Amino acid sequence: MSYVTKSPWIIHYDGSSCNGCDIEVLACLTPMYDVERFGIINTGNPKHADVFLVTGSVNEQNKGVVQQIYEQMPEPKVVVAIGICACSGGVFRDCYNVMGGIDTVIPVDCYVPGCAARPEAIIDAVVKGLGVLAEKRAAMEAKEDKAELAAETEGKQDE
Amino acid sequence: MLTAIISVIAYLILAPLIGGFLAGVDRIITARMQGRFGPPVLQPFYDVLKLREKENITVNRVQDFYVICFFIFVVVTGGFFFAGGSLLLVIFTLTLASVFLIVAAFSSGSAYAQVGAERELLQMMAYEPMVLLTAVGFYAYTGSFRVDDIMQGSNMSLIPLVGIFAGYIFILTIKFRKSPFDLSMSHHAHQELVAGLKTEFSGRTLALIEVAHWYENIFLLGIVFLFFVNGTILMTVIGIVVCLLAYFLEIFIDNSFARMKWQVALNSAWIAALVLGGINLFIIMIG
Repeated sequence: MSYVTKSPWIIHYDGSSCNGCDIEVLACLTPMYDVERFGIINTGNPKHADVFLVTGSVNEQNKGVVQQIYEQMPEPKVVVAIGICACSGGVFRDCYNVMGGIDTVIPVDCYVPGCAARPEAIIDAVVKGLGVLAEKRAAMEAKEDKAELAAETEGKQDE
Repeated sequence: MLTAIISVIAYLILAPLIGGFLAGVDRIITARMQGRFGPPVLQPFYDVLKLREKENITVNRVQDFYVICFFIFVVVTGGFFFAGGSLLLVIFTLTLASVFLIVAAFSSGSAYAQVGAERELLQMMAYEPMVLLTAVGFYAYTGSFRVDDIMQGSNMSLIPLVGIFAGYIFILTIKFRKSPFDLSMSHHAHQELVAGLKTEFSGRTLALIEVAHWYENIFLLGIVFLFFVNGTILMTVIGIVVCLLAYFLEIFIDNSFARMKWQVALNSAWIAALVLGGINLFIIMIG
């Protein structure tokens, strides 16, 4: 059994959000919703995180930041785009500096539409993301096994 | 000799289990204090098992080596303690373990980890005098630094060493990494240093630090227990209850204080060591 789904740690990044979705993300941590019930912790450190929550659209300024956070997260990892701006760019889509949704820069696994997205919808998306996380972990395991097998056969050939 | 071997083996097997369980209870109590429901009690074990499944990212190879050294020396510290060894040796081994963790953080080169490591050094400066005074206090009262000699004494050390006991409980806040003195790294939520000391550790390395922390906690509670032994079953039970109460007190303090500056940590810990520890020791020396 995979434990990635039992303890998803989260990093939250605000692209160019109006803070509406950010506050809803933080609302998930409050006594009302209490996502720690599912082992979810807000880490603030990409190297400890499993789930990347992005709010707001990506623009030329923060493109590099989003990419860097994504790259620093160890596999398996999942990206959740929260709010319509993160999904597609929303009302800012046509701005000269906005690139669009998060998926124009990094691969996104779950989308949460809404302005602002409801905490229930965010929790739902993270739970959906856990399914993707488990799949990615299984893929990783299969890859590791394959690499081991290849190393073993190579060793035999050397003998 | 046989009892020493049995207690060391029991420590090696049970300490991470009890330590992890205590960490789970800690998180539930913390959540309840904040009006939340909290995670399952086995959550710390899930976290560690998950971290073992993650990809291993390290800045350099030597970093993992230092963390493994940290883990080994923390385990050895508790091993010496539960084998009935000298308290001084135990304390110096613990210091060595902490130094390995600090060097590991420095070797990563990250600015956050470096500030965390510097703060960890300050924390060590803060708690070290009181830890030493605890050992000296036991020596002054029982005439031996050895844990097995202290265990065999028929007099409870708590009443003559009550000042040192209070001082030790004070620095436990620093050792358990609880607010207001969780300067070098914090367990939850955001802080100004990302994750401080452990910013650059991930996956298995982070899991190792976590398990080492459980070992360390059990050993620290073992010293609390040492104040209560006098060979009777009643005092053994009371000792364990007081250990749990001390842990609860630390959780309570954790939830009722914000993080303070390092100056406050250093000053208050030294004042506690000088006033509580120093006066207590003086009285024993005279008596």
